[in-house]
Amino acid sequence: MSAGSEDGLAATLDAVGTVAIVLGVLLTLVASVGLLSLPDVLSRMHAATKPQTVGLVLVVIGGALHLRTSVDVWMLVLVGAFQLVTAPVTAHVVGRLAHRGDGVRRDLLHVDELRDSADDVDPGPDDPEPDTTAHPSDVPGGRQEGS
Amino acid sequence: MTGLPALLDGVLVVSLVLLGLSAILVVVRLLRGPTGLDRLVALDVLVAEFLCGLVVYAALTGNSALVPVVVAISLVGFLGSTTVARFVRRGTDR
Repeated sequence: MSAGSEDGLAATLDAVGTVAIVLGVLLTLVASVGLLSLPDVLSRMHAATKPQTVGLVLVVIGGALHLRTSVDVWMLVLVGAFQLVTAPVTAHVVGRLAHRGDGVRRDLLHVDELRDSADDVDPGPDDPEPDTTAHPSDVPGGRQEGS
Repeated sequence: MTGLPALLDGVLVVSLVLLGLSAILVVVRLLRGPTGLDRLVALDVLVAEFLCGLVVYAALTGNSALVPVVVAISLVGFLGSTTVARFVRRGTDR
């Protein structure tokens, strides 16, 4: 009796895990189509965050339900949590850079909250201050290409 | 009794194939992308899909030897994409 219920539990966990994996994979497929067909960097990022967070978390849940040993489950939980922490960091950096460059179709935006802050006077957190005293040697890359 | 596990394995194989298909679409964007940021986003998605593929393969075979590989690739993928984002800093949109 107990062996039968064990088998039933294993089959149920496998089935639920497979359903989660299939959902994550379908989300990844849709996001890839969106990444190929959307017009600019920001909307491609909108598509790209699906496999990075939700798709990967669903697949990781499915894999943990399939593997079912303690070490593997905790490692997969670590993967999911780390991806949830790091994906917004990369998205923030990429979005800010896209707004600085020409990665944004301005005609598709309804609200542009960074419009009034000129991109040149808004340095990144690791950028030296673009001070008024001219140090053209301090910024080697961008200024030369801009001029 | 053999019906359900065989079905689940078949579904996992199909989802691996779908992951490969979506990776091909992402590679098209990676090769075509007009700016470096497009390529960066596509590379992030490619890493995420590779992680998904490794997890699905581990679930399919029941072999948990690939799980530390998944952890390592998620760490290194974040470092790589952030470093590339630092190098496409300004003025170098292409």
